[in-house]
Amino acid sequence: MRFELKRSYWEDIRIFRYRSDFRWYMALVFLLLVLPVFIGDYYISQFNVVFIYSIVSVGMMLLTGFTGQLSLGHVGFFGIGSYTSAILVSKGIPFLLAMPLAGLLAAAIGILVALPAVRLTGMYLAIMTIGFAFIVEEVLARWESLTRGNMGMVVEPPSIGPFEFDSEFSFYYLALLILILSLLAARNILRSPTGRAMISIRDSEVASQAIGVNLMKFKAVAFALSAFFTGIAGSLSAHKLSFISPESFNFLESVKYLAMIIIGGLGSLHGAVLGAAFLLFLPGVIIAVKEYLPHAIASQPGLEPLLMGLVIVLFILFEPMGLYGRWMKVKHYFEFFPLYKKDTFKRVKSYYKAEKH
Amino acid sequence: MALLTVKDMTLRFGGLTALNSVSFDVEKGEIYSIIGPNGAGKTTIFNCLSRFYNLDEGTIHINDRDITKISPSAVSNMGIARTFQNIELFKNMSVLDNILLGRHRKRSTNLLKEIFFTKAVKEQEMRSHLRAEEIIDFLELQQYRDQMIANLPYGAQKTVEIGRALAMEPEILLLDEPSSGMTMEETEDLSFWITDIKEAFGITIIIVEHNMGLVTSLSDRVLALSFGEPITIGKPEAVMEHPEVMKAYLGDEGAFA
Ligand SMILES: Nc1ncnc2c1ncn2[C@@H]1O[C@H](COP(=O)(O)OP(=O)(O)O)[C@@H](O)[C@H]1O
Ligand SMILES: [Mg+2]
Repeated sequence: MRFELKRSYWEDIRIFRYRSDFRWYMALVFLLLVLPVFIGDYYISQFNVVFIYSIVSVGMMLLTGFTGQLSLGHVGFFGIGSYTSAILVSKGIPFLLAMPLAGLLAAAIGILVALPAVRLTGMYLAIMTIGFAFIVEEVLARWESLTRGNMGMVVEPPSIGPFEFDSEFSFYYLALLILILSLLAARNILRSPTGRAMISIRDSEVASQAIGVNLMKFKAVAFALSAFFTGIAGSLSAHKLSFISPESFNFLESVKYLAMIIIGGLGSLHGAVLGAAFLLFLPGVIIAVKEYLPHAIASQPGLEPLLMGLVIVLFILFEPMGLYGRWMKVKHYFEFFPLYKKDTFKRVKSYYKAEKH
Repeated sequence: MALLTVKDMTLRFGGLTALNSVSFDVEKGEIYSIIGPNGAGKTTIFNCLSRFYNLDEGTIHINDRDITKISPSAVSNMGIARTFQNIELFKNMSVLDNILLGRHRKRSTNLLKEIFFTKAVKEQEMRSHLRAEEIIDFLELQQYRDQMIANLPYGAQKTVEIGRALAMEPEILLLDEPSSGMTMEETEDLSFWITDIKEAFGITIIIVEHNMGLVTSLSDRVLALSFGEPITIGKPEAVMEHPEVMKAYLGDEGAFA
């Protein structure tokens, strides 16, 4: 009896709830490991971008999806990560050290941003973070002695020891590894007291304080963690692109980050990755669809951002739990096939509609 | 020296004096009740104790330590747990997760260890889960264990809130109208639990309650309040018979049910 009980706690604690989950993840990882052998450089490059933005998405998810703090300035952290890593490597510091340092600097600045931000909520917080993104872009453009300003910087490919990740093929494995490590780290945080405290803030600040959660501290932790992952992604991106300039860190990029986690499903790590993949493959789909549209529509400027915006609006209206929520519903439908109740998810859905994240 | 000492607690909402120089002290191991008609200021006392409101005048001491100016989370971390009149649970989480969150102040791991989910984190999680399951058993919440709070009947939600507070292993437990909205049966259970919480766990309890039967049977001492003014403090029977208490309740007869 005692033993039974104990086993059931472990089921709640361990990283993958069920053994079958673990097998699925292993199968997925295996598939991703062999995939580049069968696809061309163009598609490998697409995957590399998806991996990088999935890491950003994990960071955004921790802050916005799990802690409930809106940020429209994360491109600032991405830019800080990119430039820090690029500059450090240009000064002879090994990439393996430069990348975590880029993450740590972004995290430290994340705490500075959090100091005023923890007093703000919703719209005001969003506006403050936009301000932060503007400041970063300005600093990158003006601090010419360090960043070469608007002329931009050439960035070396990442290398570890004698090995250079200078092809899309080799970079693929580096980015995949860092994405997997990021996901594992995020999952560990979420099943620990810190993660639970973050989620509690999203659900009720009053109740959080009543159980002893220091709002300031844990919001700052959420900002720092989120900035860390985003900074790491920025570092990877800089070395992949091999050229960076301040204008690529425009605040509008942050809207894309936000779209990723909304489309993927707020409050889910699966959603973070799904959302990033969806959003980055979407332009390709739009271009493909364009060929079949009448010329008058297809040639309109601004069609792509319009469709992108439309997709986000449709998700918020009709699928507020995002792609992952949809997947869970489909899975649930088949598991309980004859017994499936139409309203099972209604209550949850109404919650998401009421709460503005 | 009393465990909790409140001196001249005064709080105004604009022109309204919600609490006017309220003083009382609570001894360790006591069940202390606060009664009074609706709007008397009972909940406001709790909100002052847990530091959601800033006092205009007066002081609060716990074991000689002045807590009048510390933050709400710091008060909770000192071991003052509470429930709310209108229930403040994490509605989107399961019963188990809510109770686990009560363990927050008992954690001893840091973020770095948690990122790597070290052995210490794992063992701490096992202990937290063990404690949470004990509380679920104690409050007979097994059938709701994995359900989302929003799907629970009202009485069960109130019970979960008590469970979350117990998970904090508090020194003082503040219960704001725990029996309101509960069925007769649930109220009976509640009465046993409160006695157990005091006797088995050694927790000091301050309770705001309208059910006078419950107040009389449970309390060691009672503070009666009317329009923010303390009327009298004493043994339950004596307080109930106090003429001014009777008068205060005259317009609110139902409360004596
Ligand atoms: N946040 C607030 N703002 C303004 N007035 C309040 C607030 N909280 C309570 N009050 C007022 O203070 C008085 C005491 O309220 P409360 O403590 O909730 O009474 P009760 O004894 O019923 O718990 C009431 O008149 C109430 O309207
Ligand atoms: Mg009240």
